[in-house]
Amino acid sequence: MHDVKRRYVIPGDKIADGNFRPLMNVIKSGNALVATRIGIAETGRDGVKVIPLSGVYIPRVNDLVIGKIVDHSSLSWEVDINSCFSAHLPAQDVFGRDFSPARDDMSKHFAVGDMITARIMAFDRTRDPMLTVQDRDLGKVPRGELLKISATRVPRLIGKRGSMIQTIEQATQTRVLIGQNGIVVVTGRDPEGIKLSVRAIQMVEDEAHTANLTQRIKVLLNVPDTPQEITRAPIGNGDAKSGEIDSNMGEVEEELEVEGEK
Amino acid sequence: MTQTRNLIDENGKRTDGRTADELREVKITVGTVRNADGSAFIEFGKNKIVAAVYGPREVHPKHMAQPDRCVLRCRYHMSPFSTDTRKNPAPSRREVEISKVMREALEPALMLEDYPRAAIDVYVEVLQSDGGSRCAGIAAASVALADAGINMRDLVSACAAGKVDEQIVLDINDTEDKEGGADMPVAYMPRLEQVTLLQLDGKLSQEQFNECLDKAISGCKIVYEIQKQALMQKYFGNETELKEEVAVQ
Repeated sequence: MHDVKRRYVIPGDKIADGNFRPLMNVIKSGNALVATRIGIAETGRDGVKVIPLSGVYIPRVNDLVIGKIVDHSSLSWEVDINSCFSAHLPAQDVFGRDFSPARDDMSKHFAVGDMITARIMAFDRTRDPMLTVQDRDLGKVPRGELLKISATRVPRLIGKRGSMIQTIEQATQTRVLIGQNGIVVVTGRDPEGIKLSVRAIQMVEDEAHTANLTQRIKVLLNVPDTPQEITRAPIGNGDAKSGEIDSNMGEVEEELEVEGEK
Repeated sequence: MTQTRNLIDENGKRTDGRTADELREVKITVGTVRNADGSAFIEFGKNKIVAAVYGPREVHPKHMAQPDRCVLRCRYHMSPFSTDTRKNPAPSRREVEISKVMREALEPALMLEDYPRAAIDVYVEVLQSDGGSRCAGIAAASVALADAGINMRDLVSACAAGKVDEQIVLDINDTEDKEGGADMPVAYMPRLEQVTLLQLDGKLSQEQFNECLDKAISGCKIVYEIQKQALMQKYFGNETELKEEVAVQ
């Protein structure tokens, strides 16, 4: 049990004074900790961070992303991952180490225009992100309704331990695949269900920072308001690391929501 | 700059009825351009200006990219219908200069090193001009940058001061700019207490200069509060007052 102080901040706002550790979107200026983004500042035992409410997607290693193949060279595919950096998927990742550009036909696997789910294998300041599709459930996305939301809304869409997305999936009988980069793919048998799911996702995006959102989503989806056990992993596909981060961030916002109800 | 008529009357009122220390009415709306990553619309007196920010995004042409930081590109442009007589839409010498000083005024507030090999584009379009449009443009662009979620050390606010009838006044309008004695646009980061733009058109004595700068900075601080309020309103709506909250985990 420890106190977490929260408040709304804009760039340049002083969050706290003293010996705190600046974690995310916070800089130390003299003795003060100052926010660098618009968002919700949290002062906890580990340090001070700001959960941003706006901004484009900046890749992080181990993120699960959904991207579009835009080009390929003889050795790799170029993938648009909705960021300022275009990602590369090396052909060796797909064909194995004995890949030969002369022998193997790259377009057999991924053609220009294909959508893929991939994980960011490597990324730093000096080079573009490198992708991998060597994991369960990664690879080509064969069908689905494609949506683009702000990457800052992704944790909210997932919700606390995946609660929000699970509510949407169950109520609409759809499967929602969410990339950390804000690309969402909705699949399902019933076109009406897909339509409703898309509406719910758009509502989450538009009203991400408001209180009582889960309630309003439930009203939209006609879900009775009963507490339920959540068993599914946060972001599908056994994404342990980013799932952990997501659920934490989802938790933050969920708690805010509870406070809003008081 | 020669004065042809009195710009301050016997009651100390200026041509538009303001006192020497009074700012024109300032109104900022955030998120007006849907296609942009961040945007703002500012009404600064009769000035009406849209600022739109795109990025961080890929740099084109590629050779412009910097390996260690982001490139900031600014474009200040006046619409052909923004003035009394039609303005040629081609970028004029003045617009090229304002684009440059605007970039230099915004750069110190941005943490460009966080986005290497990328570019941020800032477009400032003047729809209606009334003097002091560069200051209004900087204030709007700074809000738009914050709206775009770009890491910033502080917001940049801007306001001009000047000399009219040998008196130092805040926020000079178009008439005072054309017929007055001096015009001094200032951009300022209020938390860091740093000036990022200081221009002066006209002649001022040492004392007048100091007074003018102080007055412009005080104007910037007022604009800063309006900028803050506009951002708070967009993101947190009417919950702005409930700023501090404590939760137990």
